[in-house]
Amino acid sequence: MTERILPVEAAIAPEQGERIFVASQWQLMWWRFRKHRLAMIGAVAIIIFYLAVIGADFISYSDPEVTEANFSQMPPQPVRLFDGGAFRPHVLGVKGARDPNTFKRVFQTDPNVKIPLRFFARGYKYEFLGIIPTDRHLIGVDEGRAEETIFLLGTDTLGRDLWSRLMAGTRVSLTIGLVSVALSLFLGVLFGGLSGLYGGAVDTVIQRLIEILRSIPTIPLWMGLAAGLPRNWTVLQVYFAITIIISLVGWTELARVVRGRFLALREEDFVMAAELSGCSQWRIIFRHLVPSFMSHIIAATTLALPVMIISETSLSFLGLGIRPPAISWGVLLQDAQSLQSVALSPWLLIPAIPVIAVILAFNFVGDGLRDAADPYGV
Amino acid sequence: MENEEQPILSVRNLKTFFFMDEGTVRAVEDASFDVEPGKTLGIVGESGCGKSVTVRSILRIVERPGRIVGGQILLYRNAAGDRPGHVDLTQLEANGPEMLAIRGDEIALVFQEPMTSLSPVHTIGNQLIEAILLHRQVSRREAREIAAELLHQVGIPRPAGRLEEYSFQLSGGLRQRAMIAIALSCDPRLLIADEPTTALDVTTQGQILDLLRSLQEERGMAIILITHDLGVIAEMADDVVVMYLGQTVEKGPVDDIFHAPKHPYTQSLLQSIPSIHSRPRVNLPTISGSVPHPYNRPSGCPFHPRCPEYIVGTCETRAPSLAPVGERQEASCFLYEDA
Amino acid sequence: MSGGDKQPLLQVKNLRKLFPIRKGLLRRKIGLVRAVDDVSFHVEEGEALSLVGESGCGKTTTARCVLRAIKPTSGEILFRTEEDTVIDVSGLSRRELRPLRSQMQMIFQDPVSSLNPRMTLFDIIGEPLQVNGMRDRQQRIDRVEELLRLVGLPPEYLQRFPHAFSGGQRQRIGIARALALNPRLVVADEPVSALDVSVQAQILNLMLELQQQFGLTYLFVAHDLSVVKHFSDRVAVMYVGQIVEMAPSETLFNAPGHPYTEALLSAVPQPDPRLRSRRAALQGDVADPANPPSGCYFHPRCRYAVDICRVEPPKLEELDKDHFVSCHRAHELTLEGVMVGTRAERQPIAGAVSQVSSKA
Repeated sequence: MTERILPVEAAIAPEQGERIFVASQWQLMWWRFRKHRLAMIGAVAIIIFYLAVIGADFISYSDPEVTEANFSQMPPQPVRLFDGGAFRPHVLGVKGARDPNTFKRVFQTDPNVKIPLRFFARGYKYEFLGIIPTDRHLIGVDEGRAEETIFLLGTDTLGRDLWSRLMAGTRVSLTIGLVSVALSLFLGVLFGGLSGLYGGAVDTVIQRLIEILRSIPTIPLWMGLAAGLPRNWTVLQVYFAITIIISLVGWTELARVVRGRFLALREEDFVMAAELSGCSQWRIIFRHLVPSFMSHIIAATTLALPVMIISETSLSFLGLGIRPPAISWGVLLQDAQSLQSVALSPWLLIPAIPVIAVILAFNFVGDGLRDAADPYGV
Repeated sequence: MENEEQPILSVRNLKTFFFMDEGTVRAVEDASFDVEPGKTLGIVGESGCGKSVTVRSILRIVERPGRIVGGQILLYRNAAGDRPGHVDLTQLEANGPEMLAIRGDEIALVFQEPMTSLSPVHTIGNQLIEAILLHRQVSRREAREIAAELLHQVGIPRPAGRLEEYSFQLSGGLRQRAMIAIALSCDPRLLIADEPTTALDVTTQGQILDLLRSLQEERGMAIILITHDLGVIAEMADDVVVMYLGQTVEKGPVDDIFHAPKHPYTQSLLQSIPSIHSRPRVNLPTISGSVPHPYNRPSGCPFHPRCPEYIVGTCETRAPSLAPVGERQEASCFLYEDA
Repeated sequence: MSGGDKQPLLQVKNLRKLFPIRKGLLRRKIGLVRAVDDVSFHVEEGEALSLVGESGCGKTTTARCVLRAIKPTSGEILFRTEEDTVIDVSGLSRRELRPLRSQMQMIFQDPVSSLNPRMTLFDIIGEPLQVNGMRDRQQRIDRVEELLRLVGLPPEYLQRFPHAFSGGQRQRIGIARALALNPRLVVADEPVSALDVSVQAQILNLMLELQQQFGLTYLFVAHDLSVVKHFSDRVAVMYVGQIVEMAPSETLFNAPGHPYTEALLSAVPQPDPRLRSRRAALQGDVADPANPPSGCYFHPRCRYAVDICRVEPPKLEELDKDHFVSCHRAHELTLEGVMVGTRAERQPIAGAVSQVSSKA
């Protein structure tokens, strides 16, 4: 009979044989993941995004909540890197005015007013990582307030700086994704594990519950739940309520993955061998089953994250999720809801770019992980 | 007279390689054999010997990244009009009209696993009728009658009723019979059976082998039978090709292969299998080691690390080539090179 | 047991395993698959009993019941422990079974799926030792190295993962794991059928050597009659969940008593073209264990079937000493076995015989 040829075996080149023979699951996975170019690009992008989450205040220069009536609906402002041949990044001064005929806001740059940009300049006060109080920012200006001078991505109708708001939104949207996915993971592993481990009636009940939850159209379900949130809740309360609402549906998919792996693994001969060796239930679960599907769970989680992020964004966009004054990607995109604002200030659509980028990045990484998750092809 | 001497298919020095990221797998490295009309050629070998890739090369259905990189596959026909007496299949477009016609009308394939090669969403009848309509100029109703007749010929009871059934409703043996019926629908001159009984029980295997033999007698078609089971080969084949790691190591008439094997691999393989007739509970002679992975193909003669007759300095440096040994056999081994 | 005989190592009485067929939303039971239906046999200490039959005949289910990997529906499984007490393991709970586990072990068919790919050889072979009380790591290392040597693998391979090995080597690892606890009964479920032909002999030799060395008792499950003939002292032939014939190996192969055994023997393709004397192959398919025919389950395919076979199920009865057959016509039929010595008379194959064996 022909023997099965495992993917790892196929990867054994004679010179690196010994290294592969003693390579653990995670090493084999990494070697396979590394070959997946899109996934590697995605992974780098995700790392950059989460660095931005950690240092959101540091890389903003304006207080995202400060309004500047004189600078509302500013278009993005170019940064000039050289001044008279020397590297001296600066922006030009801007003066806002209203067109006397159309009443449209117009901005005039003054080529004579060169405002130099400083690295690690002082700006508004914040707490780095929520503990270290500081007012240093990556960029800023020496004289005057950044809120009145730098507008890398323009401003919204209230004159708030879009770049800084985008950073604040990234922090909220990406962490809400993480928290929801963690919650889903917990529920998914719990119910999926119970379902797969005990089978029988427990399995039937949980599976029917999952089917019912999945058959409810998600948007109306979320809308209903989100609309029920009391208006007077604080930003933090809403934030957590939203994560729970999102993970309510999200866990079902993970539960299915866990249950599926459990059922498949229970049939594996090595599990029976462990049982016949006299291993306890717990030992079998934690020494054999869990390590075997851990990588699948990680891959499934990575693929679930973008769904969570999209969910938050859509809910907030519809005005049902995170609400102003809190900032998230959905909230930012809400400003671009009307045709008028898009026509007059198209840069308000810029927050859609990170949404797309992060979703793609997560999907690439998830695909790469899924392909690498099972280096043994079992 | 001359015509009788001519084989129906002649494979010469076939090389099919797989070009993977990790390196090149020489799945078939120098395979040569002839298929005589009306006879059964058995190709026997273990995992990784390239027997399946060889027949896939003949049918030009090698999956990427595999490619035929050398050799010839000559299909002989009766020269008629401007049609030449033979065609080299390696020179044809893999999915061109000529190859399609050959795959349908002249060479047919029966797979190892009938469950995966039959469509689960179409009835047996539908699949069979489709195949008939594709190759013969008949109406749908006539095709249906032919289909029922074919099922009858392959020994499926109440064939008319079976036409309406799906593959999963049939037992393994019946499914394999249905596969054979589909393969026969175009009345091929050459039937290739790739491990046709491996997935079957021993009593069912007997039925299928009997069926193949009686169909061959009725239709006079040639069969290439691929298997790892030396028993099946002994039972069925007229001529045998023994392959090891992509190479034809020995070929000859079945009786000579089993009673006067020349290549050390064939010799040790025959010694190592337990037989229903042999003395029980004694140590069997073994072949040391295991079949290397195709990535780690040994240099020189691929069998040398396991060979009991290994000639130091020769076998690991040069690759032997197939040469006549005795009257009817050929072997690829340095033991016979000087003779 | 009657008489002064020692109780056999394993005695199985009236073993039954029925699997419910469930369907629909509420998983209602709509039928029963009689996977193992009233099977009785025993295995003496130090012998090898083979269970042989085609797919779905219940041989694997029987073996798994014996090991209590699954719980039988009814019947007794009497196992004589090291302390010479006889325990019925058929009804024991998971916890009660654990101290007995070390005495019966299993060798699996699939050399890939039977080893956890995420564990090193040390962890795989050392696990039974660890969970059965060998806490000291160095002690475990020594024992695992000893076991690796025993099955013919270099002890330096301790830290390698299963993917570093070929099928035959993996099977050796599986054997090492099974032997780790010095079991008294080893159940081998098709141990060579997934291996390359050229490797099968190595594994069979190893298993026979180990049997001699440690006085192991084998319950050997296989479908390949040539392998069974080579390996066993006694053979039980199963058909649709029942034992239809059980006899010492020689008897069964030379003078079978059941028409099914005869048919099985004649269906085995012989690796010798001069023995191409195919007797009429068995017609039809194996009966469906969810819906078996009336009377003798084999009667629709049996060429000796008479009226009574269609109505009355036969009982397993002793035909000669130790030769049990379940057939109404067992006494009147003379069935054909395999020709004895045919292969011995055959000329030794070429000149390589001596060299090959000396190398082995």
